[in-house]
Amino acid sequence: MNKHFQYVLRMGDNALILGQRMSEWCGHSPFLEEDIAMANCALDHVGRARMLLTHAGTLEDKRRTEDDLAFLRDEREFFNFLICELPIGDYAFTLMRQYLVDAYHFHLYSRLQTSSDGVLAAIAAKAIKETTYHVRRSGDWIIKLGDGSDESHRRMQDALDEVWGYTGELFAADEVDDFASSKGIGPDPHALRLDWERDVFDKLRAATLRIPEEIWPISGGRQGVHTEAMGALLAEMQFLQRSYPGLNW
Amino acid sequence: MNLLPLWEVFVRTRRGLDHKHIGSLHAADGAQALQAARDTYTRRQEGVSIWVVEASKIHASQFEDNASFFEPAEDKVYRHPTFYDVPDELNL
Repeated sequence: MNKHFQYVLRMGDNALILGQRMSEWCGHSPFLEEDIAMANCALDHVGRARMLLTHAGTLEDKRRTEDDLAFLRDEREFFNFLICELPIGDYAFTLMRQYLVDAYHFHLYSRLQTSSDGVLAAIAAKAIKETTYHVRRSGDWIIKLGDGSDESHRRMQDALDEVWGYTGELFAADEVDDFASSKGIGPDPHALRLDWERDVFDKLRAATLRIPEEIWPISGGRQGVHTEAMGALLAEMQFLQRSYPGLNW
Repeated sequence: MNLLPLWEVFVRTRRGLDHKHIGSLHAADGAQALQAARDTYTRRQEGVSIWVVEASKIHASQFEDNASFFEPAEDKVYRHPTFYDVPDELNL
């Protein structure tokens, strides 16, 4: 697989799968205002996925469209981070996952604005405005609920403990990341990690949450090896195109 | 049931116009109310500025005061500047 394609595809998959997960809250969030906000942010991710997957399609020679890539690939051909596909859990888990990924996206898309890939830079210029809002929103919730009632604090700490092991994968550089950073397409994951840790540690401390000990990092998404939750997510997301190939509206 | 306080939302649709009341929502504090207002009321480019005011901070006239507040003005039409001949050139 060509590495430039793979680099953009991974980002598209992260946006698509996270957007799909977030959209599961539509109509089910704790209260109306939050329902609208969450669905709004989900759409930002789906919109980003469309641009990234379309761009990825132009980087390989199979002429696959955004829809081909979103709806006609199987589990092993998706390369999102595992953290994006984890089930939504309770609202504490959703917000904790959201914040940790938003903080990552904030530093990622800030840097991608100067990518040597002009299309990616343009996508990043749009995405950074959305993400600046996302991380402010989810970050505020981390403080409110972490430093909130006994129950909200307990739930946020449980969520953090559960999801923490999945954050290592965000910064695990492989040959695709090395290729991207050597060509100026993407940032150096190590520098990204330092910025992310600074923000996240500050936020978690302000929320009176205990940062988990270094634990065994859980990874596999970027090799196409997923959690048990991924199959069911794809079944729901791809159902229409699988059952009625070529369906349009 | 939503236990968070109620906020009234005012949106300015374009530069140069006034903020207009557009609706209300629940939020824990002002910062969150602004964010919720952004998502609820400006997602289709409806605004360039938002104010939120906690609903309990608004002092409103009461319906039972309407007779003394507003009705005395009903028979004082001379307070409208309608008794002048306005030159056509003014185009009012």
